[in-house]
Amino acid sequence: MTKAGTSPKIEQVPTGHGDSSSGSAPEHARSTTKRTGAEIVWEVLASEGVEVVFGYPGGAIMPIYNALHQRPIRHVLVRHEQGAAHMADGYARASGRVGVCLATSGPGATNLVTGIATAMLDSSPLVCITGQVPASLLGSDAFQELDITGVTLPITKHNYLVTRAEDIAPTLREAFFIARSGRPGPVLVDITKDAQQATAAIEPRPPAVRLPGYRPAHHPSAEDLTRAAELIAAAERPLILAGHGIIKAEASPQLMELVEKTGIPVASTLLGLGGFPATHPLSLGMMGMHGEAWVNTAIQESDLLIALGMRFDDRVTGNLKTYARKARKIHVEIDPSELNKNVQVDVALAGELRRTLTELIPRVARRTCTPWVQHINALKSNSAARDIQYMPHNGRLHAAHVIHDLWWLTRGKALMVTDVGQHQMWEAQYYRHERPRQLITSGGLGTMGFALPAAMGARLAQPGEEVWVVVGDGGFQMSAAELSTCAQEGIKLHVAIINNGYLGMVRQLQQFFYENRYTATPLRNPDFVKLVEAHGLTGLRVTRREEIPDAVAQARASPCTAVIDFRVEQEDIVYPMVPAGANLDEMIRRPQDESEVCATSPWSSGAV
Amino acid sequence: MSTSLQRTFIVHVEDRPGVLNRVISLFRRRAYNIDSLTVARTERPSISRITLVVVVDDREARLLEANLYKLINVLYVEDVTHQGPLVRELALIKVKATEETRPQILQVCDVFRARAIDVTPSALVVELTGTPDKIDGLIEVLRPSGIIELVRTGAVAMERGARSPLADVLDAAPPEQAA
Repeated sequence: MTKAGTSPKIEQVPTGHGDSSSGSAPEHARSTTKRTGAEIVWEVLASEGVEVVFGYPGGAIMPIYNALHQRPIRHVLVRHEQGAAHMADGYARASGRVGVCLATSGPGATNLVTGIATAMLDSSPLVCITGQVPASLLGSDAFQELDITGVTLPITKHNYLVTRAEDIAPTLREAFFIARSGRPGPVLVDITKDAQQATAAIEPRPPAVRLPGYRPAHHPSAEDLTRAAELIAAAERPLILAGHGIIKAEASPQLMELVEKTGIPVASTLLGLGGFPATHPLSLGMMGMHGEAWVNTAIQESDLLIALGMRFDDRVTGNLKTYARKARKIHVEIDPSELNKNVQVDVALAGELRRTLTELIPRVARRTCTPWVQHINALKSNSAARDIQYMPHNGRLHAAHVIHDLWWLTRGKALMVTDVGQHQMWEAQYYRHERPRQLITSGGLGTMGFALPAAMGARLAQPGEEVWVVVGDGGFQMSAAELSTCAQEGIKLHVAIINNGYLGMVRQLQQFFYENRYTATPLRNPDFVKLVEAHGLTGLRVTRREEIPDAVAQARASPCTAVIDFRVEQEDIVYPMVPAGANLDEMIRRPQDESEVCATSPWSSGAV
Repeated sequence: MSTSLQRTFIVHVEDRPGVLNRVISLFRRRAYNIDSLTVARTERPSISRITLVVVVDDREARLLEANLYKLINVLYVEDVTHQGPLVRELALIKVKATEETRPQILQVCDVFRARAIDVTPSALVVELTGTPDKIDGLIEVLRPSGIIELVRTGAVAMERGARSPLADVLDAAPPEQAA
């Protein structure tokens, strides 16, 4: 073994897709030479097109780290393994490719857990490689031994314990195949230290992955597609519910084609935002607990729901007993276990979304939905009056102002990454996402601390994008240590802390349902500007709306990551709100009597 | 809402470490109590067969089946509840038996086609293979004599007829490779 103190030189070597080994000198006689398990790990990663991995070394994964030396793969050294998993997740969500993270055994592996679970709940393709104690010590409670395959069994799509060097290559190839195919998800590969050190041959032309029990591709029958088309033709008040699957399957063009052929309006789930352009006249916005009032009302009044790549999460449906009772339902979903799980549907189409829509569209009759769309537009009319955007200036900075102005100042083009809480909902409501993968957020697990590391991964996946992190003061502090990674790796982000001095979403629930008892929700925060400056990064503070453009300009001009501490109204509420378990149209709305309505906002483009 | 009833699933799995754990975790996560579980190898190398009995309603049964299919090492799932499958279970029953009571107990066992496989002056061990109902029946009859120890394997099940659904699956084309 090499000395623990001699860290491998981490050199950034740009590499093309896939075959990165061609022509490099030490790769001679590759078909016959035996390699160590650790070297095989990198060989397979390179052949899978991996360009960047996120990780943290430790005793049980040192052979793999040692073999990283002079590899054309970039390694990002995180400050906590949870950051590595979130970065790999952000990378995967921004690129559609598999994100890879590394950790050592025991605590290194358990620190990945929240990140893996986050990826699992949002179907994000990840390969997580963990070191394990030597096979001879398995089960002995050796130093830093932990049954990580047992721990991650419910939060991975699949996982492996590898104890032999010759199993490493086929297992990793299977892991990538499983992670990215069908409904994507995280796969963990735990490799014992002796397997990393032992040698094995590696086939230059690996055989195709064959998993007899794994059937990722489903195709709906022609009869079911025809039945769906008939329901669409017969409906008077149809709605499309666009979910994350639109983005995962890259089916936005097909969705657009369906909408243009039928005139059916589109409501989005939180994770579906961007799958259909927000400024399209038939885009209704977000549905569900903090969805637009008109969307939830329209869902309840609709006579046909066409659910595409979404899973009728309880945050989307409210009370299932009263959910869209007048509507027939068509559900297209790649994972058959989601069909008829929460909502009984009339036509269940198990299938890959892009292919299914491609086959469905020719069967659908051309039509319009003008009276229905006019009706929904009428539902919107009293919503502007309740929008904080259109209320007169009272000198206070509202989070909604910040998000709206960020949208305006970035011309709606930034890649947005949010954390979890009130700011997440305001971002979803006030930024207008025009394209797939423009919004990255933890929807299923609702993981605070997600945004900063996920944005770093997203930025590395899309180096040409302007990446904005929208994060609360609570969530920011859950992963603020990764600012240090940002500085070390030279990753440029723009971070907007929506700082209201509270764990805002919980405080909101306390206000509504716990008689204003703010137990454990006020935050005494550090000086975020100084904290950021301590990392050698740019820190800015905004307390008034008119300061926003200048601060944003400074952040964009900064050569390094810039963090803006937006001191917003402390006790603002996310409206509308469907209380958990209530009927979808039983929304708590922003009171209208606060003040009279202001016709235009100084920042608004005029559109509602 | 359909009513819950005892359902029998046959789950064909790859014989690999941890597979049983994955299957059982599906039921554990949903807080179902598993009434019966048997696992063993089959006529095919590296394929094991799990017979699993659990009380669920129609909807839950369908979702369980779909979720079982999500497990990478699960090859084929049969819900044979409504197919009148062949179901058998093995029980060993150790029952008190003196010189006086032994003939009567053996007579009862004979009616059930159970066999005595061990005899001591004070006890008998009886082996019975049959449907779970039949085993319940023998246990009830023997209980007054004093059951010392009892072990049951849990049910194994098989569909009637000449078909092997697993063969259809394994001889099918391999899944599509990801791009």
